[in-house]
Amino acid sequence: MESTIIKSRNFNASFGSNHVVKNVNIDIPRNHIIAVMGPSGCGKTTYLRCVNRMHELIPGASCNGEMKLNDEDVYQMHPIFVRLKIGMVFQRPNPFPNLSIYDNVIAGYKLNGIKMPKAERDRIVEQSLTKVALWKEVKDSLNKKGSFLSGGQQQRLCIARTVAMEPEVILFDEPTSALDPISTSTVEELFHELKANYTLIIVTHNMQQAARVSDKTAFFFLGELVEYDETKTMFTNPKDQRTQNYITGRFS
Amino acid sequence: MITRSDLPLRVINSSPDAIAKAKARARRSFRQIRTENVFKRTLTIMGLIIIILVLGIMVTLAWQSRLSIAALGPKYLWGKVWDPVQDVYGAWPFLLGTLLTSFLALIISVPFSVSIAIFLGEYHPKGWLPNFLKNAVELIAAVPSVIYGFWGLAVLVPIVRSFESSIGVEPVGVGIFSSSLILAVMIIPYAASLGRSMISLVPSHLKEAAYGLGATRWEVIRSVVLPYTKSGLFAGVLLSLGRALGETMAVTMVIGNTSLIPKNIFSPGNTMASVIANEFTEADKPVYLSALIELGLVLFLVTVVINLIGKKIIDRFTNE
Amino acid sequence: MDGKNVKLRLGKSYGFQWLIYVLAFACLVPLLAILFYIVRAGITKINWHFLVNIPKPVGESGGGIANALVGSTLIIFVAAVIAIPIGIMAGVYLSENRKSRLAYWCRLCTDILQGVPSIVVGIVAYFWLVRPWDIGPIHHKGGFSALSGSAALAIMMLPIIIRSTEETLKLLPDSLKEAALALGMPFHRVIFKVVVPVGISGILSGVMLSVARITGETAPLLFTAFGNPYLSVNIGKPMQSLPLMIFNYATSPYTDWLNLAWGASLILLVWVLLLNIFTKVITRKWKVQL
Repeated sequence: MESTIIKSRNFNASFGSNHVVKNVNIDIPRNHIIAVMGPSGCGKTTYLRCVNRMHELIPGASCNGEMKLNDEDVYQMHPIFVRLKIGMVFQRPNPFPNLSIYDNVIAGYKLNGIKMPKAERDRIVEQSLTKVALWKEVKDSLNKKGSFLSGGQQQRLCIARTVAMEPEVILFDEPTSALDPISTSTVEELFHELKANYTLIIVTHNMQQAARVSDKTAFFFLGELVEYDETKTMFTNPKDQRTQNYITGRFS
Repeated sequence: MITRSDLPLRVINSSPDAIAKAKARARRSFRQIRTENVFKRTLTIMGLIIIILVLGIMVTLAWQSRLSIAALGPKYLWGKVWDPVQDVYGAWPFLLGTLLTSFLALIISVPFSVSIAIFLGEYHPKGWLPNFLKNAVELIAAVPSVIYGFWGLAVLVPIVRSFESSIGVEPVGVGIFSSSLILAVMIIPYAASLGRSMISLVPSHLKEAAYGLGATRWEVIRSVVLPYTKSGLFAGVLLSLGRALGETMAVTMVIGNTSLIPKNIFSPGNTMASVIANEFTEADKPVYLSALIELGLVLFLVTVVINLIGKKIIDRFTNE
Repeated sequence: MDGKNVKLRLGKSYGFQWLIYVLAFACLVPLLAILFYIVRAGITKINWHFLVNIPKPVGESGGGIANALVGSTLIIFVAAVIAIPIGIMAGVYLSENRKSRLAYWCRLCTDILQGVPSIVVGIVAYFWLVRPWDIGPIHHKGGFSALSGSAALAIMMLPIIIRSTEETLKLLPDSLKEAALALGMPFHRVIFKVVVPVGISGILSGVMLSVARITGETAPLLFTAFGNPYLSVNIGKPMQSLPLMIFNYATSPYTDWLNLAWGASLILLVWVLLLNIFTKVITRKWKVQL
């Protein structure tokens, strides 16, 4: 059964007087991987940050329109609830530098003061790290600081941290742009594993990546959602001339 | 209170145990939202407290000096006699004493602090010797002023006294000159450390351009580094001046504490700060106390203006 | 260009370089003279007896500075208890609200506070916390208390703590806060569990520096803590402190008291130096690698 988890209608976002996301309408189906691509400055990251209300943290930022999670308006909920249900992974790996690997995974619980028995915590840590294929690599050094890991491992640690909170949607903001090719492919493989349990929205400026990993692709250009379709259709038979230009590399 | 929509969708169709857990967590989050709001308000209040504190200081000083302002008027500032017994209050001797000690101290200390700034910022930014010098300069700032005063009283004053008798002025020892010497040492670090950071901000391409034209090291310093940093160095000097004007203990201990107008830089005197320190707890008449507080008010205003100008210059310099 | 001219210019350059060297290191002379003299004069006075006894009246030799040590510790402790929470929270406020109007005024007031002469702080603390408890027409009749001294010192600590907290937190990357917020953490937990722990070395160094600074402050205590020749731990009553004692005894004509003052100076100096060194060590050790 395919049900919509995130639904935007007439969604706009801006920084001060700079209108960066214009009138976006999109339906995101549950347990799919959605790639959001477009040239830099097209508003794709801004749109992503609007989904879990990270956008409003920037001074001067504003947005309006409808953004629904399971038919509930995200902007009527408290941001804390939104962010518990919609996790986010950032462009640069940002593990908490003062915490060990173990504590980084459990950070959402530990730093929130949620108490639970040690066995439960161990289970969550192992499960989350296994899900991101990091368990084998770090299980003997769980007490080391997270910043000792390589970039790719750090990014997977950040994904584990998000997964541990059991969100429904995970947003990825160009998750591999700071990583080397090998780490990139590890992370991309991960996306397919995660699809079973979560809905993934991945912002990328790398078309090949969008083509490789996603079920559906949205193409943003100058703040507008130009085209949104099955990835295969999009890359073989784009309907809009601008999409055509973009995927054939006429502009970047 | 907890509605369906507060729980993750996947939990709703699962075991009652999971639902209970999720509900507890949601309740917790509600509590946290309340705490969050309280915390945000507390932060704002803390910011307000600082503003209220400063306003309170100004208002208190102004209000408590109202008696003297009303009774003496503006001529208080240039009245030459300070005689509480006769109820005559003129602040001029202290203004003069403060200006003399501070500017003399500044003149003495600037060559040293600028040299330190050039040495650490230009000649030797790294290494054990500059590090040692840097720590030593920080140490100068760390030594409590009462210790400077004590040392000045015990060691410096006798030296100044013999110096005075050798040049033929009245050998008192204590006085404006001794205070200036002590002050000069105390304020070196402020201009030095600021100057150092300003000099290290000079873009190297500017210096390289001058070297490329065959300039010597000194010529680069004089015609590139110093002009580039002159506003920063000036700000450092201003901050030092602010320190010197407000410095109390060391000066009180070596200035001689007399309310007469100093005849020359070797005679004893009083600064605004030192007269407050000395006479505040002895002021037995409301006007007397109020006149002392008016001195404090003047001191406050002058140092605040000097400091703010200095800070503005630094801000502009570092933002460029 | 003829070689002679170049030689002259080079000579001038070296000449000035040496002048700078000499002037730069000349500042070590008074510093070393002070340190040397204080150590030489103070070291012979310090012994166990000196540390655990209170001063004797004029004419009796011996006595110690126990009352000042206890008083200083207590006054500083109370000042820190008042200033640290306010200072850190105000610093957090400033770093979180970089552009708001209130923050602008708050920042300006912090700058002003930093430049206020310590004697003025003393006057103000006197009118806020001593005068209301004073009996009689004009002081002399009491009202002086260690608590008012602590409040005065707390005012002096605030700008240092606020500034160092703000500067430290400003340098932390936004990604750190975003990471925490994206996990659904409430703002206060983001601050206390993530932002402050990561910036702890900078914040702590500000706190320690502010403590070091007020340890030697005398002027604000003249009209507040006032001094007390006896051992007292009642913060509602006058209390002795090391710098106050040094000031009072150093300006007295009695040799015994002067000796006490020398010993006390050395102790105060060592105390302040240790605080400064300790600050450096902590800053380096507790620095969180980003």
